[in-house]
Amino acid sequence: MVLEENNTDQRYKIANREALIGVGLVMFNFVWWFAFAYGLGGKNPSEYTYVLGLPAWFFYSCVLGFIVMAILVTVVVKKWFVEVPFDEEGEVK
Amino acid sequence: MNWQALIPLIGLLLFIFGVGMWAGKYVRSSNTFMQDYFLGGRSLGGFVLAMTMTATYGSASSFIGGPGTAYTEGLGWVLLAMTQVSTGYFVLMVLGKKFAIVTRKYNALTMVDFLKERYQSKWVVLLSAFSIIIFLFSAMAAQWIGGARLIESLIGIPYTTALFIFALFVLIYVTVGGFRAVALTDAIQGTIMFVGTLILLIATIIAGGGISNIISDLTAENPNLITPYGADGGLSPAFVSSFWILVGVGVVALPQIAVRAMSYKDSRSMHRALIIGTIVVGVIMLNMHLIGVFARPILPEIEVGDKVMPLIALEVLPNWLAGIVLAAPMAAIMSTVDSLLLLVSSALVKDVYLNYVEPQASHQRVKRLSIGVTAALGVIVFLMALNPPDLIIWLNLFAFGGLEAAFIWPIVMGIYWKKGNKYGAIASMITGIGLYIVSDSFFPQPFGLHSVVLPVVFAFFAFVLVSLATQKKSLTQRG
Repeated sequence: MVLEENNTDQRYKIANREALIGVGLVMFNFVWWFAFAYGLGGKNPSEYTYVLGLPAWFFYSCVLGFIVMAILVTVVVKKWFVEVPFDEEGEVK
Repeated sequence: MNWQALIPLIGLLLFIFGVGMWAGKYVRSSNTFMQDYFLGGRSLGGFVLAMTMTATYGSASSFIGGPGTAYTEGLGWVLLAMTQVSTGYFVLMVLGKKFAIVTRKYNALTMVDFLKERYQSKWVVLLSAFSIIIFLFSAMAAQWIGGARLIESLIGIPYTTALFIFALFVLIYVTVGGFRAVALTDAIQGTIMFVGTLILLIATIIAGGGISNIISDLTAENPNLITPYGADGGLSPAFVSSFWILVGVGVVALPQIAVRAMSYKDSRSMHRALIIGTIVVGVIMLNMHLIGVFARPILPEIEVGDKVMPLIALEVLPNWLAGIVLAAPMAAIMSTVDSLLLLVSSALVKDVYLNYVEPQASHQRVKRLSIGVTAALGVIVFLMALNPPDLIIWLNLFAFGGLEAAFIWPIVMGIYWKKGNKYGAIASMITGIGLYIVSDSFFPQPFGLHSVVLPVVFAFFAFVLVSLATQKKSLTQRG
């Protein structure tokens, strides 16, 4: 049980927080994807509206949704992710 | 034979081959053979890391089977494929820095090494190695079939000959180069995939007379093709959402992905890989599946789904460009096969042989054995792929689901929950795999969900409950 001795390790706190951010992002991504796909796409195809030639549900869910996620990930990583050393001796340095 | 397409394809493959050889030389001259052959010396930078993740993941299932199914099902399948965008950030964030620190501390070279150190149990190791060998084997066979199909439809030679060429190429390459070669060439291959799918998508849209035109052609043929529900309305929201687990978050548990999450140099590489990876995965997935859908009005009567990509490329692009673009799926399949081969061989040599058969084996012997086992495995897969089933995606997804059900909790909870112990891990693995096989064979799609979902949920409870119930037992053992 090697994990225990380093439980207070500052690096682990950072790691835990970043893992939770990952979970948060994926939940946001899912809601966005699901809401647009089935919210707008559930209608009869004859009532569809179109964006850039694509059905609106598809554009918002898959195209815009992807762009939003790419921007979110970039911002989150640049703002909140902390650089930590990975090696043992890194703590002392 | 289509030489105009073939020459650029072969040229590109030879180039990739050359890089592999060069990386292999590095391995042969190093003192830490195991670390280098199986993990590339933990030296990957951000770009290479992102690309090797993407290339390994964007395997034949998505590259060949995926566009083929999108061709049949329409936009609903693209929606399903976009669940994979989450892998671009989720895997590295969740395994993340803690996995990187812990695996360095344990000096782990494979996912099984991590499990061995974490749970200190022979049974965990044997069970893991066994599942990796079984499941990755079927995944590999699927990839080889895809590769051979591609060569078959491109050159017009018989399937068996195509398979032989493919096998020879992969084998020489991976036995010589090891992980570093695989990761490096993944970077090249990922780049080709990225640019290639973009070119092909644009050419397909032009050939179809613009997006609006293509969409109205699809609507005229069958309005269901532009809904999220698939060609016959069979893709229910619950089923499609299940793919968030199967090809999205569940991917953290795939050994070929996990091993990459321990191979990077420092946290700066990881940060860059997060951003690059998300963008690259998203662009490739979106492009390649849209190509499949948009190909339908242009080439309406393709019967074998696997041939959609090569045929549409030859149709809408000049021959030489088609050759270069088709190097992308070729490259994707090769890199997947390469890394799977390495994993199965590391499971045999490192996890089973070195741990339990002959711990004192000499450096030289391990080296020879690693390369020999890798080559022998390749030959066996070749024999299996000689008589292949038709749609490779299901074979492949079966392997994915099995591994995910087995490993997701032992890995994730192993990193973040210190009360998790070996009994919990074993219970979780057995529950996951067992239930998945039972569910997949007897009641596929329980409650409309994909058969991987419930086993993953039950495996979680098995892990937690059994770990808690055995706290005293493992405490006394330790004390």
